Amino acid sequence: MRSFALLFLTLFLFWVLLNGSLAPDVLVVGAAAALIIAALFPKALSALTDLRPTPRALLTAVAYVFYFLKELIKSNLAVAAIVLSPNLPVNPGIVKVRTKLKSQMGRMLLANSITLTPGTLTVELAGEWLYIHWVTVDAPDIDHATASIVAGFERYLEVMYG
Amino acid sequence: MDVLGGLLVVAGAAFLLLGGLGLVRMPDVFNRIQAGTKATTLGTLLSLAGFAGLQPDWTLKLFLIGLFVLFTNPLSSQVLARAAHRAGAEESPLTTVDVLNDEQGK
Repeated sequence: MRSFALLFLTLFLFWVLLNGSLAPDVLVVGAAAALIIAALFPKALSALTDLRPTPRALLTAVAYVFYFLKELIKSNLAVAAIVLSPNLPVNPGIVKVRTKLKSQMGRMLLANSITLTPGTLTVELAGEWLYIHWVTVDAPDIDHATASIVAGFERYLEVMYG
Repeated sequence: MDVLGGLLVVAGAAFLLLGGLGLVRMPDVFNRIQAGTKATTLGTLLSLAGFAGLQPDWTLKLFLIGLFVLFTNPLSSQVLARAAHRAGAEESPLTTVDVLNDEQGK
């Protein structure tokens, strides 16, 4: 029931923002569509699923967005430098890392964040283990790779989702 | 505002160009996914931000498009990479380590 309501709310909010209008017909159509989709996919995840409803979690979510954007820009510049350098200094490989996160949504956001920052790409997820393709492997063992790929994002996601 | 928007669009286009260049230069399918789907994330976001500067009325919708890109882009590239790995896509000889292959005994 909780996940149904959250999915409905997320979809409905998205619809209203996309329309940019609060006219009754728009609201009715949006509510109907959101209701049908939420009923069809009762187990679907929404960004609100598992989010802890505490002020600290919400503040952390905001901080996370900024941290994420910073990482995005930093790693985009790093990849740009690799692509532009004539001898293409890549050192690719697939490494294994471990996450402390327990909730599904937390793990999904972690995998997505890792994939979004260039240079690292989540290939496979198995429970608490993530297999990451890394353009420049500088530490193949689990502990070091975990520290340099996962730890930064995890610090925020742990507070938000646990 | 117009100048700032224009500059952002140009910066975004530059990142998209680098993404394309990476697609050509990278040695194997995984590295190409990295360059092709992700150097473009920042490119797309910068372009969208630039459009918001040029057309302030569109800001909210452009923001939603940006969110949509942020949520769908990693999913598609992750599924592509997983499918490629399961299908046994060839890896560049530069590859130093592949834990996943080792564990599956390949």
